[in-house]
Amino acid sequence: MSEPVTALNGATYAGVARIAELPRRGMITIRGSQESAALVAAVGAASGGLDMPGPGEAVIAADRMLGWMSPDELLLMLPPAEVAGALAALAEGMAGEHYLAVEVTDARALFSISGEGAVAREVLARLAPVDLSPAAFGPGNFRRTRLAQVPAAFWMLEDGSFELMCFRSVAAYVFGLLCTAGEGDAVGHY
Amino acid sequence: MLLLECPCCGVTAEETEFHGGGEAHLKRFGPESSDQEFEGYLFNRVNPRGVHFERWRHVNGCGKWFHAARCTVTLEVFGTYPAQTVEPPQILRELISSKRPGWQWREFT
Repeated sequence: MSEPVTALNGATYAGVARIAELPRRGMITIRGSQESAALVAAVGAASGGLDMPGPGEAVIAADRMLGWMSPDELLLMLPPAEVAGALAALAEGMAGEHYLAVEVTDARALFSISGEGAVAREVLARLAPVDLSPAAFGPGNFRRTRLAQVPAAFWMLEDGSFELMCFRSVAAYVFGLLCTAGEGDAVGHY
Repeated sequence: MLLLECPCCGVTAEETEFHGGGEAHLKRFGPESSDQEFEGYLFNRVNPRGVHFERWRHVNGCGKWFHAARCTVTLEVFGTYPAQTVEPPQILRELISSKRPGWQWREFT
């Protein structure tokens, strides 16, 4: 069996901001009515007890995350080895209900963006039409948006750094964007 | 530049995060309609100077369709509302009336 690899083999960049491709992480797209008690219970069981995120939020724990993608879609991230178990837990909890759960682990690329002060905010503010001021976007916020010409989603961690995901097919493009936006000096706007 | 609020996910963003979907509240004429009705459904669109109703899709976000009411002259967005409506909501029409007295769009005033 061949070893799964990430799109850019863990590429890193160190300018004023530090950009790094993150190791592989298990991802499951879950679609269904978030008002359904069965879905809430099944997602809770599959995620190892994460709370349901509100609109535009992500519930982040040590090695797992539950992100709010749209009114009928959630994204569950967890260690790759636990994906099969989580899918089985969802299938059991949602038996007879209308839902969809699919593993998308290798469909996406993940990056981390960090730097001194608010540098990570500046990098993303250069690329996405999103208000990244501390009043509007803080730890636990999750946003699907556009990064230059491609769709992407990012969320903020407690330490002020960001994690970002995009489609695997545009990983090199997004890495290039992030590196260019992470060049030069900090502006100090935020 | 338009600033639109997606009624599905609550995000406010500028228009490049969205994609325009043309005129809102079209009535479909399909099989058994007259040629004239079918042609109107396919091709006849209003191109007003002022109040306009459009469909938009939050393409780089939650992916949902919604409706928006805006002014084509000033690019002011009066409001957005769910796609699952067959006509502009009364509260929005009253708001537009307070800003653009005497407005008319198709059969709505």
